[in-house]
Amino acid sequence: MLTLSEVQNITGEKGNFQVEILKKPRYVREDRCIACGACTEKCPGKFDDGYNADLKTRTAIYVEYPQAVPLKYAINPAACLKLTKDKCGTCQEVCPADAIDYTMTEETVTIDAGSIILAPGFKPFDPSRFDNYQYAKFANVVTSMEFERMLSATGPTMGHVTTFPKVPANPKKKKDKLLAEKRKDPKKIAWFQCVGSRDVNKCDNAYCSSVCCMYAVKEAIIAKEHAGSDLDCAIFFMDMRTPGKEFEKYYQDAKTRHGINFIRSRVHSVVEDPETGDLHLQYADEMGQIVRDTYDMIVLSVGLEISKETRAFAEKFNIDLTESGFAKTGSFEPVTTSRDGIYVSGVFNNPKDIPESVLDASAAASAAGDALAEARNTLTKEIPAVPETNVIGDRPSIGVFICDCGSNIAGVVDCPDVTEYAATLPYVTVAEETTYACSQDAQDKMVEIIKGKRTQPHCGGGLHPEDP
Amino acid sequence: MVAACTPKTHEPLFQETLKSAGLNKYLFEMTNIRNHNSWVHKNNPDIATEKAKDLVRMAVAKAGLAQPLKEEKIQVNASVMVVGGGLAGLTAARSLASQGYETHIIEKKDTLGGEALKLWKTAQGEDVQQHLSTLIKEIYASDKIVVHTNTTLEGVDGFVGNFISKLNTNGKTTELEHGIAVLATGAKALETTEYGLGKDERIISTLDLDKMFMENDARLDAVQSAVFIQCVGSREPERPYCSRVCCTHSVENAVALKEKNPDMDVFILYRDIRTYGERELLYKKAREKGVIFIRYDVTEKPKVKVEKDHVAVTITDHVLNQPVTIQADLVTLATALVPRKDERLANFFKVPLNDEGFFVEKHAKLGPAEFSTDGVFVAGSGHYPKPVNEAITQGRAAASRALTLLAKKDSLFTSGTIASVDVEKCSACGVCVSICPYNAPAFMTEGRFEGKADVNPVLCKGCGLCVASCRSGAIHLRGFDTNQIFSQIFALGETA
Repeated sequence: MLTLSEVQNITGEKGNFQVEILKKPRYVREDRCIACGACTEKCPGKFDDGYNADLKTRTAIYVEYPQAVPLKYAINPAACLKLTKDKCGTCQEVCPADAIDYTMTEETVTIDAGSIILAPGFKPFDPSRFDNYQYAKFANVVTSMEFERMLSATGPTMGHVTTFPKVPANPKKKKDKLLAEKRKDPKKIAWFQCVGSRDVNKCDNAYCSSVCCMYAVKEAIIAKEHAGSDLDCAIFFMDMRTPGKEFEKYYQDAKTRHGINFIRSRVHSVVEDPETGDLHLQYADEMGQIVRDTYDMIVLSVGLEISKETRAFAEKFNIDLTESGFAKTGSFEPVTTSRDGIYVSGVFNNPKDIPESVLDASAAASAAGDALAEARNTLTKEIPAVPETNVIGDRPSIGVFICDCGSNIAGVVDCPDVTEYAATLPYVTVAEETTYACSQDAQDKMVEIIKGKRTQPHCGGGLHPEDP
Repeated sequence: MVAACTPKTHEPLFQETLKSAGLNKYLFEMTNIRNHNSWVHKNNPDIATEKAKDLVRMAVAKAGLAQPLKEEKIQVNASVMVVGGGLAGLTAARSLASQGYETHIIEKKDTLGGEALKLWKTAQGEDVQQHLSTLIKEIYASDKIVVHTNTTLEGVDGFVGNFISKLNTNGKTTELEHGIAVLATGAKALETTEYGLGKDERIISTLDLDKMFMENDARLDAVQSAVFIQCVGSREPERPYCSRVCCTHSVENAVALKEKNPDMDVFILYRDIRTYGERELLYKKAREKGVIFIRYDVTEKPKVKVEKDHVAVTITDHVLNQPVTIQADLVTLATALVPRKDERLANFFKVPLNDEGFFVEKHAKLGPAEFSTDGVFVAGSGHYPKPVNEAITQGRAAASRALTLLAKKDSLFTSGTIASVDVEKCSACGVCVSICPYNAPAFMTEGRFEGKADVNPVLCKGCGLCVASCRSGAIHLRGFDTNQIFSQIFALGETA
């Protein structure tokens, strides 16, 4: 798995591609990092936390999100004081696994590949340029990605939705402090659908992004679940598009069971109350009547877009695109690009949700595999098996390893005391404390201890394991 | 014994460590003194230390009774049965065959192609019949694919890697042994008389219109005014789902009518237009060509009346808020797609159907082409209505998922922590047979212990339901045997 990497060049053809990859430095050795997080505790460098839609900052040494794969920390060289000003170096000092390496540099690797699958994904549409919604200016106009993170238990507000979400939690600037005082739990939230989708007037995205109707319904339901019944949620839409499996029922439930309001209208513009930050909007209802209303917060349901970088990549490597920038595929070979041997999956192959992306991924794997069927198992290596020792009838010999998990366990539990106690238990022949039992060093040591114990002569079989 | 974090994430790592030290991996024991202890008792370090000792003592007691366990090799028959010879099934079969696996296609009709045989064009304008016939030719040309037409499935025995299916071909019964099954039974258009379908030749279904296009039907030349009615049988209390394909299909046909005769009046009566993704461009094209879209509410459906020289369609226009009547020469109904709702087939493979009769996949997001039943996969509109490209994608996806089993056929093993029956104690009451969600226990049909229960190690997931419910105490869960659990309970009663 090559992370922090970019494809620089593709040469060759189906069955025999050479792919040149630029591997950027992580400044953390993947083979050593045990993802304990000790490095982040005192890191003074800060930058916007993209995973949380920039609603908070993260330290210069970071892991993208708690479930990241591989779960290895990385340093953002632009935010790190050691790498920018040769000051600090704290992470290297505190790392228990000696994983920090400031001297890492870019490297280029070339790999041979028979098939290639492109899955570069999308970027959410940036609504800053829409002057009618004033996303860039109005504090309580947020994007659906920002709102999504606010709703998340692991997000910047741990699931608590408040107005002025872009103002820091502990504001330092005077202006931010004033805004923070106005912060409240919203009582009325509106979603505007098709922002950056189905629109050739204010942007060039004529297509439908496929996922926004469902995510808006989901966000509204969850917001109401969090806030209770006095939260008023309204979704302004053109067509409600819930054509997926079980989706229509979800939409009907949102209306009837959760009391979400669905208003078929495209809101023209939003005006902010300069005092409160509340948002006044005006729209025509289905009968053509002009309605004025005020909301505490507006969520822009932004569409999915193919980035400039992906478009440039496609152009460089002769992958035909549709006019909207998605990979051109045929209905009968839906994961095959215009270039032989190169396949595609996910939103780059048209806007789609998770189940369809997962199907696309499996389908792309099948297409890539079909092309290489003859070569199957020609480059595999077997892991040599270690012969298993027969222990049946032996007196039990138990090794106990008490893990500190850095300060995760040792910060609360008296681990030396527990280790000492473990040594007194029946059949325990080894009791050791380890800083991180999961680290490679600790694993190697365990193997060594087990092997050492196995070669010792048996200390008698007088006791039966079932009779301690 | 490692006292650390959660075995959910870390047990496999430590088990590997044991293996590389030459020990059976089931001699590993773990206790969680982090998530269950230091994290939740942060404010009580003294008590947390005592609790850690308790947990360690319990785990050590269990470790002392650990036994090396064996993982049985699973024999996988490397051939596949695909049920359904439509686009999804054919695509899955072609992919599996091209990767070298023998594949049998079971089709109840006398021809391959399924519902796709009735389709004119895709949303992108490709000729369906041309592509479909190429695909069918490839299927017949493959020496790895056996096509069984006029064939139905009469029964299935066995489990992943070892299925035996009973086939009925024109009344003749044969048995087919296969390791994997792909269910691609599809869906079909709803048969309905709503809006007068079938009563007048000017009121037709979407597939009828496709047929007219394919046959260059002269009647189309005379049409001056055409109306499409959407959601016929979909998004209603009886069928509360959206059929997904109809909006695009009608819009595509509306454009074709406009292209055929730009002076034709073409109306689409809809509830929401759902041309998702780049299908939206087709919707845009239709509007540019002058197709009129009129929205209606499900509580106020259009009314269709057959008159002498036309069909009168009355609808309340959403802009005018007035009833308008269209004098149509042709009314096309976008009828719902309904699944085959084959409960017998679902039963054969122990796979679930939802309320509407669509197959329920293993996981809506992460397992969309497979079932919870190991070795059985799903593709096509039997899972949910889908257009050509999505049926093909799922066909390929099902093949891909099946390959993950087929490719490992020499290295598939059961788990060591499974249930086993002490036949001496078994009273043959059958509780375990009826309670197991995986059909792992069964009565032995021959030998000395005929009638007693036996657990199939391939099917057993080690959940322990049978162990807890066995009134004779005859079933043991390896790795979690009664003496091991009791040793932990007794150890809990002791104090540090």
